Amino acid sequence: MTEHDLRPWPLRCTVNGTLHQLDVEPRHLAIDVLRENLGLTGTHAGCEHGVCGACTILLDGEPVRSCLLFAPQLDGRDVRTVEGLAGPGDELHPLQHSFSAHHGLQCGFCTPGMLLTALDLLGHNPTPTRDEVREALSANLCRCTGYQQIVDAVMDSSRGGAFDCT
Amino acid sequence: MKPAPFRYERPVSLPDALALLAEDGVETKALAGGQSLVPLMNLRLARPDVVVDLDAVAELRGISRSGDQVRIGALTRHEQTATDPLVGEQLPLLAHAAGHIGHRAIRTRGTLGGSLAHADPAAELPVASLALGAEVEVASARGVRTVPIGELFDGPLSTTLADDELIVAVRYPVDPGRRPFGFAELARRHGDFALTVAAVTISVDSDGGCRAATVALGGIGGSPRLVGPAARALIGTRIDPPAVELAVAAVDQAMRPVADLHGTVAYRRAMAALLTRQAIAMACGAR
Repeated sequence: MTEHDLRPWPLRCTVNGTLHQLDVEPRHLAIDVLRENLGLTGTHAGCEHGVCGACTILLDGEPVRSCLLFAPQLDGRDVRTVEGLAGPGDELHPLQHSFSAHHGLQCGFCTPGMLLTALDLLGHNPTPTRDEVREALSANLCRCTGYQQIVDAVMDSSRGGAFDCT
Repeated sequence: MKPAPFRYERPVSLPDALALLAEDGVETKALAGGQSLVPLMNLRLARPDVVVDLDAVAELRGISRSGDQVRIGALTRHEQTATDPLVGEQLPLLAHAAGHIGHRAIRTRGTLGGSLAHADPAAELPVASLALGAEVEVASARGVRTVPIGELFDGPLSTTLADDELIVAVRYPVDPGRRPFGFAELARRHGDFALTVAAVTISVDSDGGCRAATVALGGIGGSPRLVGPAARALIGTRIDPPAVELAVAAVDQAMRPVADLHGTVAYRRAMAALLTRQAIAMACGAR
């Protein structure tokens, strides 16, 4: 391959409401753009081959693994990461409050992916059963908590819960 | 960042995409949803020189009814296959199977054409497509052709497609598409690839006799496949227990199970028998 073949790709995408324009190397992954280029280190790189769910982001409103997207695939897209959950005054999102109140984390590594997966679930299904919450969260691995308090936190964020975020 | 360097191309038409795939002297991979290719590239098990991103190729999208067939564009995401009203009405087995794939974050990206081309022996859509008698529309810069689904798979992760060929769409006949169906799979964890997966369609006369049936299995060694003798064991019967056991015996005959971390040969045979019974029972319960 020639140098020309590996030229940078001019990327335009919106992340948490802010338009970014930057040149990216095509083999860089979406998570690399977020963490390395934009300094948004809230999205965590876990397994980096699509199994653990830690790097889950919302792409045009739909959950995706950011380790399974090449950087140019973000072109023209709207991205939401964990940094985009808090309100304008940095007040926590109700879902984040619920995770805090239920202690739905220990080391916190899986938490950003859990939050975005849960937000997507509640957007589709504002009143999930506990089984439905468990099924949705099975997309994300947590090696600390045993999941119980994470499920509690999501249940309490559903419509009518103490931290209703629907 | 894990993948080796590659040239990235994003064609905006099918002819442009096919021209890129026909380029000599370089290893080229088509990128659809990326849920299988990108992990392989991240692990550097795949190191293509050129990646052709199909996302902007409009000819690969769309779901439409034409006569007695439903045509589904290769770039249709699993989430859309699982929820599309036309697919749900005319091809309920396919919609059901698509809903079993991975998790939502996988289904929002993974595609029908990608799943068939990747040819994982335990993937859901190849097995469902076999049971539904699909035809695969394949194109290259040399022309187009139709491949019956039974001639597509050529061993684990292998197909009979040439390097420059691309799946454009998959056509499903509404019969057996609309028949009562059964689908059963065994996976270690929710969302994992199946260890074994069974799909059946059964058509029953008003007097309760089985008029037509298909039985397909995956994850039983080699490629997913139709088990013709199992279907024939059901056709013409009232699907009573002896007929079901003859179908199960036919599945067992067709299997070439391999022992691995997840199960012994005996376990896989037992599971294939169990899932076949479950899928037949599900189809009969729905009629």
